[in-house]
Amino acid sequence: MKYEAVIGLEVHAQLKTLSKVFCGCSTEFGSGENTNICPVCTGQPGVLPVLNKKAVEFLVKTGLALSCKINGHSVFARKQYFYPDLPKNYQISQYELPLAEHGYLEIGTGNEKKKIGITRIHLEEDAGKLLHAIGNRDLDYSLVDLNRTGVPLMEIVSEPDLRSPDEVHQYLSKLKSILEYLEVSDCNMEEGKFRCDANISIRPVGQKEFGTKAELKNMNTLKGVKDALEYEIERQIEVVSGGEKIIQETRLWDANKKSTQSMRRKEEAHDYRYFPEPDLVPLNLDKDFIRDIKESLPELPADYTKRFVEAGLSEYTASVSASEKPLAVFISDAISGTGDAKERQDIANWVINELLARLNASGKTIKESSVSAEMIRELVLLIKNGTISGKIAKTVFEEMFNRGKKASVIVKEKGLVQISDESAIEKYCDEAISENPKAVSEYKSGKEKAIGALVGGVMKKTGGKANPQIVNKILRKKLS
Amino acid sequence: MENNILNFTAVQLANKIKAKELSSVEAVKAYLGRIEKTEPKVKAFVTVLEEQALKQAKDVDEKISKGKAVGELAGVPIAIKDNMLITGTPCTCSSKILKNYVSPYDAAVIEKLKKQDLVFIGKTNLDEFAMGSSTENSAFCTTKNPWNLECIPGGSSGGSAASVSSRMAPIALGSDTGGSIRQPASCCGVVGMKPTYGRVSRYGLIAFASSLDQIGPFSRTIEDSAMLLKTISGYDAKDSTSVDVPVPDYNAELKKDLKGLRIGLPREYFIKGLDKEVEQSVKNAIKVLENLGAKTEEITLPYTEYAVAVYYIIAPSEASANLARYDGVKFGFRAHGEDLLEMYEKTRGRGFGAEVKRRIMLGTYSLSSGYYEAYYGKAQKVRTLIRRDFEEAFKKVDVILTPTAPTPAFKIGDKADDPLQMYLSDIFTISCNLAGIPGISVPCGFTSNGLPVGLQVLGKPFKEEDILKTAYHYEKNTEWHKRYPEV
Repeated sequence: MKYEAVIGLEVHAQLKTLSKVFCGCSTEFGSGENTNICPVCTGQPGVLPVLNKKAVEFLVKTGLALSCKINGHSVFARKQYFYPDLPKNYQISQYELPLAEHGYLEIGTGNEKKKIGITRIHLEEDAGKLLHAIGNRDLDYSLVDLNRTGVPLMEIVSEPDLRSPDEVHQYLSKLKSILEYLEVSDCNMEEGKFRCDANISIRPVGQKEFGTKAELKNMNTLKGVKDALEYEIERQIEVVSGGEKIIQETRLWDANKKSTQSMRRKEEAHDYRYFPEPDLVPLNLDKDFIRDIKESLPELPADYTKRFVEAGLSEYTASVSASEKPLAVFISDAISGTGDAKERQDIANWVINELLARLNASGKTIKESSVSAEMIRELVLLIKNGTISGKIAKTVFEEMFNRGKKASVIVKEKGLVQISDESAIEKYCDEAISENPKAVSEYKSGKEKAIGALVGGVMKKTGGKANPQIVNKILRKKLS
Repeated sequence: MENNILNFTAVQLANKIKAKELSSVEAVKAYLGRIEKTEPKVKAFVTVLEEQALKQAKDVDEKISKGKAVGELAGVPIAIKDNMLITGTPCTCSSKILKNYVSPYDAAVIEKLKKQDLVFIGKTNLDEFAMGSSTENSAFCTTKNPWNLECIPGGSSGGSAASVSSRMAPIALGSDTGGSIRQPASCCGVVGMKPTYGRVSRYGLIAFASSLDQIGPFSRTIEDSAMLLKTISGYDAKDSTSVDVPVPDYNAELKKDLKGLRIGLPREYFIKGLDKEVEQSVKNAIKVLENLGAKTEEITLPYTEYAVAVYYIIAPSEASANLARYDGVKFGFRAHGEDLLEMYEKTRGRGFGAEVKRRIMLGTYSLSSGYYEAYYGKAQKVRTLIRRDFEEAFKKVDVILTPTAPTPAFKIGDKADDPLQMYLSDIFTISCNLAGIPGISVPCGFTSNGLPVGLQVLGKPFKEEDILKTAYHYEKNTEWHKRYPEV
């Protein structure tokens, strides 16, 4: 029997407000333990929460970008469970009436496009961190660091619309990219600023009813999510194929063992005893507040992609170009005011294939690039008007990247201008022919490819500067 | 002189201190002397802040002698219920679990009182976490009623009420969740007031039931309560449930006459089970007010009978969450456990008293999945109906008069083993908290056994001046407030 997976995601993204969601403490990551704390976020007796308006703004922004309905009237609730990283032993969150509901996110390209439903987005406070070891030394007690306690989190819950680890990967990448575009979250998974839990079940292809689901936790990287889901799908298929039933439970991904382990079963699940937070009045957003945010929404990946396609980039290039905001801005700058679609595609290719590869290798971001958008544009222009060959261009680019100089300057300095003068090239062709009789005879006996060696010979002699098309033309003429 | 000092009202005392007829240090010393003599019998305090009070008093005197501006109640000693935080001093909530807890910050009301130059003389006893009607639930001691040391002082703010009644403090702050200011005021023969929910910031008041808790004044006269209320009222950005409504000059308002005042007498509050002498005292009080030009009429508050039931769902539900933070991890008492769960269980098992545990369990149960709708959900709906009862009534009348408590103070131990009987002590005060409206208790007589009786006046939201005015004119035309207990 053939099975398909049914997956829904719960993403927790930290909002990058300067202060915490219910007190004035800093949200800075990496400060000394228990330095960004106050009576409110450490849950001292008598304290009360005060809602951070910026956090609400960020969440509404996200909601609008994901086509959600923004609830003008929303309510905070206490989610109760005991844990030492949660000072009040309840988390202020939202239950009924979250800030945003009923949105979607589109994944895939071309005819493969698919809308993934967003059930809800709500605002809540993050918990602290427990330390069970200092360096390599395990402790027989635990330490609590409350710096992270009260950092604003938004929880983005998707519908069970995802069908494969690949779709999940697309969804998460796209979501991250949108949050980065909106500048509401750093989305840094390593720092725990973007976390993901998955609800996953399987069912025979064609069946409508959902199977029993497992909740997967502790997947700390995008790859971890993919690996965990792949493992879990296989595990569930194995269980069902063996005639057994899936148990509803929470399972933890172990990245070292590459497997999921049962953490708790349904009957051990927490009863969170949600109830409306009496210390906060219901949140009523006026229409102007929502409208102002809507009007100030920046261009999003989908907008850039559309614009790039209209500019003549291939759908693939357009979507890669739009995957990160700084890249999109860079490419957008580089292709603006340029001649034709091919030129724009060439520019995007240079950025994506050459510049990005270089930057990645040297651990830099596009914002730190020594090569500007304008410099790429010039380079492509020099190729287009025949000043340099594509091959020389690579050398030029190398220099541009290392020294931050313009292509035209480098070409001039190094005398790299392409030789298109036929009489000059003819001389080199004659030499190449007389030096490589083997290739000549092979070519003459019908081996078309043998001409490559002769072209190579000419290029070597000219330091790569000869116009390859003209070299080809002359050689063929001479050997015909 | 010392006796005179103790007999001055807070307003009189402040005026004399400001006029330099008397220093704040002298006033504080007189009260500390009174505490030394009386406290062993009454046990109103958890902590007496002797040194700190003298230092504060000295600072105020210095300010006055230098001609600097000071607050209206500058230099006056005040007792604070031990569930409000004063930086650097212990705050116990009369619980073992907070026995050694030292406040890291000032409650909003404390900040205001400091700015107005009042002097904190001590922290008063209460039922643990303000849960109770007698102070018998205090983990440390039971406060005695100054009028009869064998009787309870009421609760939960019994320490504050008794301290004012026995003249160990001229004024005090209490907190009222279901009657915890008004019922002890009634038991101890003093004025006690619960303002409108949102009138006074709750920041720094250790939460019992967040949607019901409100801080309010105790005093021997209405004028003092009005002055103290003005000092502590007003919007606070740190408390999202505080309301931005201007604070009137209550002391100017209360002197306006009662002509044309419409008083409602709710049928549901004059019932079987109401002590005969209490009933008579309240009826006499109504006559006094009618003679002053007020018009009375019978009204109905049909959902009254559900108030106690609703309260004992909502208050414990909120409390079960509010008290979850006392777990031994961060502050307060910690019992050793072999693992985390054992530490939690032992800490809370040993740290909390029986009544607190009872309410945590009640609340936990009411909020549990499968029960939520039937209990908490339903209680919230009925709470709305109770609030509407008052909205309807206040279309017809300006204030509502009732007895504060169904009986005078009972004997210590009488109801200690019967929580349900104990819960009924608040039967007349609870609705006011559920509706969020202001209420005051003013002395209106004594039983044949010499125990005080209280008259409760309820008013419209943010119309504290109406109930203060009613109580003020009643007080002016009666002599009850001039009696002191012989303790």
